Amino acid sequence: MALTGLVLAGFVLGHMTGNLLMFKSPEAINAYAKWLHDNVALLWTARTVLIISVFAHIWAGVQLTLENRAARAGGPAVEATRRATFASRTMPYSGVVILGFVVFHLLHFTLKQVALGGVDFGPDVYKMVVAGFSSKPVAVFYVVSMLLLCLHLSHGVSSVFQTLGLRNERWRGRLDVLALAYAWIVALGFVSIPLAVLTGVLK
Amino acid sequence: MVQDNGKETTLALRLRVWRQRRGQPGAFEEHALAAVPTSASFLEMMDMLNEQLIKEGKDTFAFDHDCREGICGMCSMTINGMPHGPLPGVTTCQLHMRNFRDGETITVEPWRARAFPVLKDLAVDRSGFDKVIQAGGFITVRTGSAPEANNIPVPKPVADEAMDAAECIGCGACVASCKNGSAMLFVGAKINHLNILPQGQAERDRRTLAMVKTMDEAGFGNCTNYGECQAHCPKSITLDVIAKLNRDYLRARVKEFFSSTGKPSKGGE
Ligand code: HEM
Ligand code: SF4
Ligand code: FES
Repeated sequence: MALTGLVLAGFVLGHMTGNLLMFKSPEAINAYAKWLHDNVALLWTARTVLIISVFAHIWAGVQLTLENRAARAGGPAVEATRRATFASRTMPYSGVVILGFVVFHLLHFTLKQVALGGVDFGPDVYKMVVAGFSSKPVAVFYVVSMLLLCLHLSHGVSSVFQTLGLRNERWRGRLDVLALAYAWIVALGFVSIPLAVLTGVLK
Repeated sequence: MVQDNGKETTLALRLRVWRQRRGQPGAFEEHALAAVPTSASFLEMMDMLNEQLIKEGKDTFAFDHDCREGICGMCSMTINGMPHGPLPGVTTCQLHMRNFRDGETITVEPWRARAFPVLKDLAVDRSGFDKVIQAGGFITVRTGSAPEANNIPVPKPVADEAMDAAECIGCGACVASCKNGSAMLFVGAKINHLNILPQGQAERDRRTLAMVKTMDEAGFGNCTNYGECQAHCPKSITLDVIAKLNRDYLRARVKEFFSSTGKPSKGGE
């Protein structure tokens, strides 16, 4: 979970940063998209690593959740929680919604099959994204999904340190803050684009 | 939670206590218990309940206990959803009734986890822990005459760290409080205790791999960093022992994977 999660967490930061080129100029994001598409070897290496990571991450997550449910054997009649965070207790749920989002997102902007009204934008990624987010429900779905991604990352990133044994009581708090900052930076970076389209900043 | 103001009173309580026979489904039973002194321990309160049941000609509740001074780890009750009750860092036997309110309804359940099946009522089978200890909770020493105490120097910080880990009394509250039924805090405490001492080096990797394997086979869950175990452990063992267990486990796995005698393997070049 930790290794695949690390790959995915790294990807979202990179992806978010690339997307921010939307704010620079239409030419900047289009040139970036063209560069990605032209580097076929790089693109397919990244895609392969991502696909493997996504499937491994999900497989491990499902396995973990099922094993743990069974090990808990129903739990006590009175459930008390002293310390477990909301994010930690909702990892499978935030994960499932993010998976749903990724499927929709790939159909939307990569395969261009849904929510674009059948218009072909060709290499104009800028126009495609603006058109994609001019639908309010779509933009809102993106924003909500990114907030769940934030929740997922806030627990996931801090857990990576624990799994690798790189955490102690002195560093625990600082690493939790680091994970929270990471999650918010990624989420707010992503959210800025649909919000900017909705508010007319990008058009 | 009500704190003692120095004055002793008595409480009238409603108790919802788990009743179960081995292998059969269980259920809560309700009992009223009057005149419980605030200075009584939780186990003394349970003794009062059992005496009342005997007088009424009813079956008593089975529960585990031994030292009643917080060191043996036998007492095991989930009180209002909290293993060892509402006071952090305290075992059930050291929990006093002054921490409860007059008229309160208290729910008392056994440890709940697949790896801890109920034997009877509140007593569970914790032999999963014994198996983990048998798998690696030992060091190899020459027995017979007592060894010279200072033969093996142990640096003070290492001794302190090992002592902190050795505080674990093996009660199982970590498993009972964990929403994954995971035993990582217990296993982490035992591994830390032995793996950092010079005396524990001979079996270090073998111990780590064997204890983790046995833990998984005994049906405990996997840690997802909820942190409930630390918040309920009567000895305040921290998640640090789990981080260190993970580190030692990774190290042992890598060493096992790349193990070599330094000589050509059989059939090799
Ligand atoms: C508001 C947030 C997001 C925006 C605006 C966005 C935008 C885009 C765009 C425009 C593309 C297609 C680029 C192209 O093929 O020309 C893309 C691809 C992709 N996005 Fe996103 N994305 C967002 C969030 C995410 C998140 C959170 C994830 C993962 C958790 C994600 C995963 C992917 C993947 C896997 C691809 C396909 C990459 C490939 O073509 O191999 N995206 N994104
Ligand atoms: S780690 Fe704490 S809760 Fe777990 S068995 Fe040891 S003393 Fe009990
Ligand atoms: S009875 Fe020994 S620790 Fe509670």
